[in-house]
Amino acid sequence: MAENVIDVKELWKVYSKKDIDLDVEDEEMIESLDSSSDSVVAVRDVTFSVKPGEVFIVMGLSGSGKSTLIRCLLRLVDISWGSVTINGQEVTAMNKKELTEFRRNQAAMVFQHYGLLPHRTVLENVSFGLKLRGVPKKERRERAREALKIVGLEKWDDYYPAALSGGMRQRVGIARALVVDTPLLLMDEPFSGLDPLIRREMQDELVRIQEEFHKTIFFVTHDLDEAMRLGDRMAVMRNGEIVQIGKPAEVFADPADDYVARFVQDKREEIRKTDEQMAALVAQSEEVVSDDVS
Amino acid sequence: MFPEAFKYSVAKSVNHAIKWLLNTHGSAFDSFSSGILGLLLWVQGILVSIPWWAYIAFIAVMAWIATRKIIPVIVLAVLPVFIGMFGLWHLALETLALVITSVVIALAIGIPMGVLMAEAKYFAEFIKPVLDAMQTMPSFVYLIPAMMLFGLGKVPAVIATLIYALPPVMRLTCLGLQQVPKPVQEAALAYGATRWQLLKEVRIPLAMPSILAGVNQTTMMALAMVVIASMIGARGLGQEVLMAINRIDVGRGFEAGISIVIMGIVIDRITQGLAKRWDPNRK
Repeated sequence: MAENVIDVKELWKVYSKKDIDLDVEDEEMIESLDSSSDSVVAVRDVTFSVKPGEVFIVMGLSGSGKSTLIRCLLRLVDISWGSVTINGQEVTAMNKKELTEFRRNQAAMVFQHYGLLPHRTVLENVSFGLKLRGVPKKERRERAREALKIVGLEKWDDYYPAALSGGMRQRVGIARALVVDTPLLLMDEPFSGLDPLIRREMQDELVRIQEEFHKTIFFVTHDLDEAMRLGDRMAVMRNGEIVQIGKPAEVFADPADDYVARFVQDKREEIRKTDEQMAALVAQSEEVVSDDVS
Repeated sequence: MFPEAFKYSVAKSVNHAIKWLLNTHGSAFDSFSSGILGLLLWVQGILVSIPWWAYIAFIAVMAWIATRKIIPVIVLAVLPVFIGMFGLWHLALETLALVITSVVIALAIGIPMGVLMAEAKYFAEFIKPVLDAMQTMPSFVYLIPAMMLFGLGKVPAVIATLIYALPPVMRLTCLGLQQVPKPVQEAALAYGATRWQLLKEVRIPLAMPSILAGVNQTTMMALAMVVIASMIGARGLGQEVLMAINRIDVGRGFEAGISIVIMGIVIDRITQGLAKRWDPNRK
């Protein structure tokens, strides 16, 4: 079996006003961190792994630590405890230079708020990652054009992000992530800010891109529909902890606790209603058929 | 009353310190002084050699680039003609040379210092009270030692102007850098930007409107200093104002005052307009 793309072991992240030296064995310390208003345990003892080519979903309500978790993978926030290994490289052990190299070549991220440079054109935004790597201008423009073609924005290369709609901006964000050609794609609620129709369209787009490129995707969302449509496996987070990991259908069918159950309840309700309506329709048509016969 | 026993004067020691500086490092100040004077006279030489209509044309073109409206262009181009009509054209150029020299030095120091303030928190904590002091200290107070160290005339005027005009560009550069949206910076970091790349590719371009507002403020404050600078022998429009005060000649003072205002308006509108053109959130 191939090696895991992401291996996270006993990961902790504590936000604190004071400098603290976290020791997870020290139960008293954890307790005092939990009760103190100066500190928040955002990620608590999280362990999981992601296999190559997998779409791994992390789902949870806002404040459950999922955004912090995705930032820990690139060390965009300092990690308090534990280890993160990506593509066989231990991210937690890297010095600054190695970390920069790692971010440039191993993973690309798509953000909820796009994070595009307003003073750069679409094409320049897409080629930004290549520019940071020092790729010559001609080559990076060519590659950026190709990436724009993939997301269907090839005619918009000379526009500034302010001229684009939310969905188009996120396409630029996705093109920017594709152009650097990294094995791993990190997506932090990429479609949450978009209206439902566009969201649906973008999800289809991502499925299509995934069929073509077979990336490993780490996808954060608070939307169960999205998780069920896109995910190969999903993890549900609450208060910084992963409460359940499994295939979306498994989580849906067999929630580990009340919290997860409440998550899937709306969806179940929806399905139950649809089933009832279907049943009613079927009954109606059967009546019509039997009327005809008689 | 404040108790006698607590009375302690530092005036004497300050006097001594300045005298000591003068005696031991006088030649260093002299060469510094002649360096600035050289720069100033070079700028002035260029300005004087340009014919008056070229200024009008230049202002019209800049106003067009900045505003793209015909009426402001006409108004801004016609206003400086009044300075010439009052017979103050040459003095205005001397003032302009003083302002340009001070502003160039202020920006050369102020923008890097502003960047440093935004990058290094401790430096910012240390420098902020210094900036407060530079702006609130009455300018006459440092005019005296500036004069003692750099002699009479234009050089202490440049130094005094610098002290007064440097803080806004530093503050606004720092503020602009701090206000760059976090998501954009985070995205750049996630794609492997180094600290320097982040500064060069993201933070400084996005802080540009604020930095240019600082340039505008610094220029305006430099212009405001010219009257005070004339008290230590810097020629220019300020000198004209000073003479009008001495002779209680209201009309002459009005002409010089209006000329300063005209310079202020023209410089302000053009730099502000250019700052707007530089707005990174364009469509």
